Amino acid sequence: MSDHAADDTVPEVDESRRKFLIAATAGTGAVGAVLTAVPFVASWKPSESARAAGLPSEVDLSKIEPGQMATFFWRKQQIYVVKRTPEMLASLASHDGELKDAKSEESDQPAYARNESRALRPDVLVLIGTCTHLGCLPKPRFMPGDASVMANWPGGFFCPCHGSKFDLAGRVFQGSPASVNLKIPPYSFEGDNKLVIGVDTQPAKGVA
Amino acid sequence: MSASIEKSGGFRAWLNKRLPVDQFVADQLTGYYAPKNFNIWYFFGSLALLMFVMQIVTGIFVTMHFKPGEATAFNSVQTMVREVPYMWLIQTMHAVGASFFFIVVYLHMARALMYGSYKAPREVLWVIGMLVYLALMAEAFMGYVLPYGNMSYWGAQVIINLFGTIPGIGPDLVEWIRGDYGIGDATLTRFFSLHAVALPFIIALLIGLHLVALRQVGSNNPDGIEIKAKLKPDGTPLDGIPFHPYYTLKDIVGVGLFLTLFAIVVFFIPTFGGLFMEAPNFEPANPVSTPEHIAPVWYFTPYYAILRAVPDQKIGALLMALSVAAFLFLPWLDRAQNKSIRYRGITSKLLLGTFFVTFVMLMWLGLKPADGIYVLLARIFTALYFGFFILLPFVSKADGNGPVPDRVTYHAH
Repeated sequence: MSDHAADDTVPEVDESRRKFLIAATAGTGAVGAVLTAVPFVASWKPSESARAAGLPSEVDLSKIEPGQMATFFWRKQQIYVVKRTPEMLASLASHDGELKDAKSEESDQPAYARNESRALRPDVLVLIGTCTHLGCLPKPRFMPGDASVMANWPGGFFCPCHGSKFDLAGRVFQGSPASVNLKIPPYSFEGDNKLVIGVDTQPAKGVA
Repeated sequence: MSASIEKSGGFRAWLNKRLPVDQFVADQLTGYYAPKNFNIWYFFGSLALLMFVMQIVTGIFVTMHFKPGEATAFNSVQTMVREVPYMWLIQTMHAVGASFFFIVVYLHMARALMYGSYKAPREVLWVIGMLVYLALMAEAFMGYVLPYGNMSYWGAQVIINLFGTIPGIGPDLVEWIRGDYGIGDATLTRFFSLHAVALPFIIALLIGLHLVALRQVGSNNPDGIEIKAKLKPDGTPLDGIPFHPYYTLKDIVGVGLFLTLFAIVVFFIPTFGGLFMEAPNFEPANPVSTPEHIAPVWYFTPYYAILRAVPDQKIGALLMALSVAAFLFLPWLDRAQNKSIRYRGITSKLLLGTFFVTFVMLMWLGLKPADGIYVLLARIFTALYFGFFILLPFVSKADGNGPVPDRVTYHAH
């Protein structure tokens, strides 16, 4: 104590050293905080069992009549499978001018479904049955000319929640709150009558 | 403004040396001077606090019987209401309480709009209050999903999908919020955790900050005059009276009236004609059946009407977010010198009146189906809604600078 009392000069503070140490400590702390947040944020992602429940599912097409729709669950979403008749397919060409995205350029579908019929095989339409507006279930309104949906209705889907309209390829009509076409999940065929939802390509022959 | 405290002798002095109880009461209640000209609009702050306490207390008991999860949530609510003694009452108080909380909060906000309580020096007080409101919206939304009725499910579907409209990260964000490819167990359990633990903590903290900020700047009043500008010789405001006992007693009268109304609704009209509890929510969540007409609970419908009024999904979601966020900017949009609507011109009065009507009309339209005349009306009122925020800077600057009285207007009762 007596040493300090005798020494009346205040030691010089090295400001740049102090600034560097403060910045380095704060920087390291910030990096640490971000890294610590990673596990907490990641814990909200789908669990392994949720992922496992999202594996591909198989559908027997022979049980669906032409012109009929059947629904299946894949990844907690309803999958609409429609066996389209030649008349239904013919109806697709009639209204390109009334669609928001007739060529499916803005919409979400596998590359093999980005064509006129939005399908790998024109007679089988596979859609995710979730309205691209806010997620309600669009209802099938396949009867052409149903004036309760709209004038010159070619047949398609109508969402009761906010009134979005889609044609028989899931393409959205102008005037709908939805801005893109119904999504198409990845899918493939095994033989003529087996549809596999969730897998893009057919597994190579001989591989189980 | 703190009164001096006797600290001599006895248990009280012993305690006060260790925990400043008397000092706290003096600072916050008996030594906190509020303007003497408060009117009926000044009930809603204390009533909002009452509703917060009520939701916490009833929520603690609902939590004891609620089982989050796809398979258990709906049944656990039905079981507690039908089989556990008096849970029909406590669960109903909790559900109806949510609506009453929002009634009180909306009236509290309307008061601030009328008397300019968001203006300097109360900007931070207002912003914190808005944060309480936002946290409350999240809290109410998750609470609505938990009983897992069919409207819970589809309401959650629609609201969570709103985040999917954010460019780029949207779809991944939605999956992250749900914790699955659809709404399910993972969604319900995390919503339960947020609803029962995280958000109540955050709301309590924000309410605390709201009160700290209020003590710092002092209450506004219907005349919008700063009472601190005129002091008595002892340094207390000339037009102020101690919060306790004067306003605590006044607030107790408000609490009595309010609880009477609350009890009438809880006992006789708990669903309030489908406004407080919607019919589809009395059937279990069903992922393969969308209710014919999806509408959120009434306190969200103004924003929902704005969302639906726009034919483009992304712009609709953006306008919806903007319509909530717009309130945050009020302190800087309002350029009037006078705070209270009492001392502003007729244009200001018309503008604010139109905004109140617009808000109620959008609330009604959000409950109606989105077709025909309703869409047209929703578009008109959406334009009027944003028109208020766009016109406010000009109108308030033009006719908000007239003479104000020297002291608050007050008539002894």
